[in-house]
Amino acid sequence: MTPLEVAERARRTDIKDRWLLSMPALLTIFVAAIGPLFVVLLYSFMVKGDYGDVKYWQFSSDGWFNVFLERDIFDDTLTFADAHVTILWRSIKLALLTTLITLILGFPTAYFIATREEHHRDMWLFLITIPFWTNILIRTFAIQETIRNEGIINTFLMKMNLISSPLQIMYTDTAILLGMAYVYLPLMVLPTYASMEKLDFRLVEAGYDLYATRFRVLRRIILPLVKPGVIAGSILVFIPALGAYVTPRVLGGGKNMMLGNLIELQFGQGRNWPLGSALSITLLVIVTIALLFYVRNASKTGAGHGH
Amino acid sequence: MTTDKAAIDVRGVTKIFKGHGQDEVRALNEVSVAIRENEFFTLLGPSGCGKTTLLRLIAGFDFPTGGQILLYGDDIATLPPFKRPVNTVFQNYALFPHMTVAQNIGFGLEMLGKPKSEIQSRVAEMLKLVRMEQLANRRTSQISGGQQQRVALARALAPRPKVLLLDEPLSALDYKLRKDMQIELKRLQHQTGITFIFVTHDQEEALTMSDRIAVMNTGNIQQIGSPRDIYDRPVNSFVANFIGETNFLEGTVQKLNPQHAAIRLKAGLDVAATLPEDYKPQATVKVVVRPEHAKIVPHSAINVLKATLENIVFFGTDTHYHAKLADGSAFMVRQQNATVTESNLAVGQQVGIQIAAGAARVLKS
Repeated sequence: MTPLEVAERARRTDIKDRWLLSMPALLTIFVAAIGPLFVVLLYSFMVKGDYGDVKYWQFSSDGWFNVFLERDIFDDTLTFADAHVTILWRSIKLALLTTLITLILGFPTAYFIATREEHHRDMWLFLITIPFWTNILIRTFAIQETIRNEGIINTFLMKMNLISSPLQIMYTDTAILLGMAYVYLPLMVLPTYASMEKLDFRLVEAGYDLYATRFRVLRRIILPLVKPGVIAGSILVFIPALGAYVTPRVLGGGKNMMLGNLIELQFGQGRNWPLGSALSITLLVIVTIALLFYVRNASKTGAGHGH
Repeated sequence: MTTDKAAIDVRGVTKIFKGHGQDEVRALNEVSVAIRENEFFTLLGPSGCGKTTLLRLIAGFDFPTGGQILLYGDDIATLPPFKRPVNTVFQNYALFPHMTVAQNIGFGLEMLGKPKSEIQSRVAEMLKLVRMEQLANRRTSQISGGQQQRVALARALAPRPKVLLLDEPLSALDYKLRKDMQIELKRLQHQTGITFIFVTHDQEEALTMSDRIAVMNTGNIQQIGSPRDIYDRPVNSFVANFIGETNFLEGTVQKLNPQHAAIRLKAGLDVAATLPEDYKPQATVKVVVRPEHAKIVPHSAINVLKATLENIVFFGTDTHYHAKLADGSAFMVRQQNATVTESNLAVGQQVGIQIAAGAARVLKS
């Protein structure tokens, strides 16, 4: 073999080795992420089966059609799908509010932990993560037990004669919001803390030294520097909140549905898998657009901070 | 150019840090010092001596446990830092990484609510002062350490503070750059006429730059004075030892005169030594002699300390001769290499050490 052939052979083996080494990762991505997504996309374009499922390889755009429009069962006229839009709007609204509430509660919490002495921080972080040990369903029922008409809050307020009839919190958007804020709070605290821990607190002192009040130090120095953590936290809260299923189901009752419940309905009682698939894709698109917009916007203001 | 008016008057300030449980650290112990207007004042001492604590108390990052800190007569000890017309140059500069050089310099003025036009012209002026005009729009991560140092200075000077605090600002720079910045700092202080309070552990830095120096140790001020005072007339062995190199000799007082005393050194020589101002008579005393105030002479000379050379260290500009005296104590002589001819002295050789007239001083304690 000439040296050139040896090199060529080595190069080929090298390429082969690289492919082999990346196989597990590639396999995971295709089998676990892209594959199922493709199946969902395919299903959304098929004819719905009579008892659920789809009629394979019979294509129709009905699933997508029904996302925003509905055909009247009596006179076949097309009307705007109000219910879907209401649910979509409620989902976005509640997810945004959940993100906002967790941010308002989580940011000071993260700041508090980051400013503790180093050997105390782990203890606080540990306490923050304790709720994760319990199943989300149980945590949601615990919230229900707290806010229902005969629950802790109402019983207490009634006994104190502060109210004459129980406050109706259960089965309202407020209940869903409360439940989601509680469940997703650690997801906001942890990434925010992670970037706050890296913050050089001498910069905070420098800010105070240069006549910035506490509020201005927060707005002009701390916030821009911990922004990556806040963005990560917001994403981690917003995405699951938008597609939340358990919390609205338990605390919102049947009538205050969110997108997750609507999708579940299509795969269950609704027996309309193409619609469910189309709704899932819709959710995915909304999340992707929201994320792109948010991340781009956030990084832009972060870079151009100043005068 | 300094006046007698006190810019900062620290009166009996004590600072106690609470540790875990019952632990307490007394970082400052009833420290009093008046820093004059337009003065380049240095707090000098080893790490842990309380110099940085004192600076942080003046800046407002910490608050004293007891005592007063007056700024032109007003007690500022309890004010938050953003209400004090005092700015700080931090040890690691603490430049805002999310802002440009110009934004960093303008930050203080912006927080003071100055109009945009004024901020712009002041920032331009500051950039010129520290010779950084070309880098105004750079990120602080894109400039060198020396340049960051200049930006930190410009940022702290931009709001025209009444007092500028500098917390070991040169310690992160390499030797050559440090030398340049020392001159630069003196120039800036001269041009701006602002009172500088400079914290350092580097005695050479303190001696070359300061109008006055306060030498600190274990939370107390040991001596306050001009560089010459501190170097030539150290009040105690800590100051004598910390500032420059010194030879300590033990001796007994033979005859006491008003200004000086005849001392018989244990190493076997009678010298006339200057007495400190408030000298209290004692039988045995400690006498200090700076290494450059002694000279190596032939062994046979009269009125010299008999010694054996133990080590010769060449430093370029001068040579250090480490010798052992008759009583076993060590003595170091520093001689300038005034000529290019090498000396014929060798280790192990018997020599005489001549002490210059007026060089020996008796220490207070």
